[in-house]
Amino acid sequence: MVAARTDNAHRSARTPALGLRFLLLAAMSILLLIADHRENHLDTVRKALGAAVYPLRIVVDSPVSLWRWLQETTAARNELLLENSRLNAERLLTQARLQRFAALESENARLRAMLEATSRVRDQVQVSEIMSVSSNPFRHTLVIDKGTEDGVYDGQAMIDANGVVGQVIEAGLLSAQGVLISDPDHALPVEINRNGLRTIAVGTGEFDRLDLPFLPNNADIRKDDLLVTSGLGGSFPPGYPVGVVTDVTRIPQGPFAQISARPAAALNQVREIMLIWPGEEPPPAEIDSE
Amino acid sequence: MSKGTQRLPVAVCIILALVLAIVPLPGWAGPYRPDWAALTLIYWSMVLPRSYGVGTAWLVGVVLDVAQGTLLGQHALALSLIAYMTVKFHLQLRVFPWSQMTAVVLALLALYQFILFWINGVAGIYAPAVTYWGPVVTGTLLWPLVSLVFSGIRYRVPHGR
Repeated sequence: MVAARTDNAHRSARTPALGLRFLLLAAMSILLLIADHRENHLDTVRKALGAAVYPLRIVVDSPVSLWRWLQETTAARNELLLENSRLNAERLLTQARLQRFAALESENARLRAMLEATSRVRDQVQVSEIMSVSSNPFRHTLVIDKGTEDGVYDGQAMIDANGVVGQVIEAGLLSAQGVLISDPDHALPVEINRNGLRTIAVGTGEFDRLDLPFLPNNADIRKDDLLVTSGLGGSFPPGYPVGVVTDVTRIPQGPFAQISARPAAALNQVREIMLIWPGEEPPPAEIDSE
Repeated sequence: MSKGTQRLPVAVCIILALVLAIVPLPGWAGPYRPDWAALTLIYWSMVLPRSYGVGTAWLVGVVLDVAQGTLLGQHALALSLIAYMTVKFHLQLRVFPWSQMTAVVLALLALYQFILFWINGVAGIYAPAVTYWGPVVTGTLLWPLVSLVFSGIRYRVPHGR
């Protein structure tokens, strides 16, 4: 009752002020509306007020953004956990496979290198594995697992991925004996790839050295010249790399220079060799490495 | 009673109403968002007409215009009009039973939405009718609850008249 009476007492005094204030504010509102709608004069005012309202927006957005952040975080965590378990399982599988693949991979690389050589030379080749090597230090021979049954013949050229290895000297029915180009009794007709100069490469009994004893002092040969088979001897098809000249010593008082070369093939490291049937003539047996 | 202690709860109520006015709602609920600012201002203008009236309503309206991106002055005009009505008739409204008071709130909210509709129409902004009627209905339905909460606040905190 006290409150009501107080209000009553003030009402007569306040009511005109209230109406006036309302009219003033309404007029201001309408002016604002017109200015805002017609002219876009209030962009700066609106921007300033927007900056003032910005804390309100933060308050409004905070629960939403918190919820979204939580969702994203937990989702990312779940995804990470899933991915982790999946990767672990994959790793186990891969490791199991890798045990076999390590051996297969190196074998594949070796075979691929051989195949590349094959495609380059376009001769018919057959891969053959070395069964044994000579125990005699002065005879560089080896035994391969292919014989006349597979079309192997005496004098057939043997190469590996890098170059000429040797030739077959005795073809058995299921195996064959070959001699390496480094055998002291072996001589190989070669030419210098750079200028076609022909000569003979003779084995020395060392796996890493060939001699070229029949070149005169004025022969056009230099260090790092590539020697390739010339094909003139009949048993080797032309164009296979034999070695690289490592040393050229001219001897003025002698008729010939002293020249040595390093074989291109790793003669004491080969495991598989390729038998070559020169030209397009196929071997009697099917080409099959195994 | 110092002025600060009586103003703070009301200011919190108004800020809360503004937050609720711009809080994002799902698409289907958007047209039914109650006019929280209008409800809040109706209550406090009725209860404390000397402290909260057309001036407060106008300021809140401008803030609401900026926050909602409507024409500047639109909500200010509408809110100051219903605040004016409330303050003018606050003695009658105070003694109304709650059912009658709710009917008055319905009328005030309808007037509020009509002002918005009218200004939009003049400005060439068209919206489906539900966007005007939805807030009136939900606001009226929420009025008993809102007034209950506000009276709880009012009688729990110290206030001077």
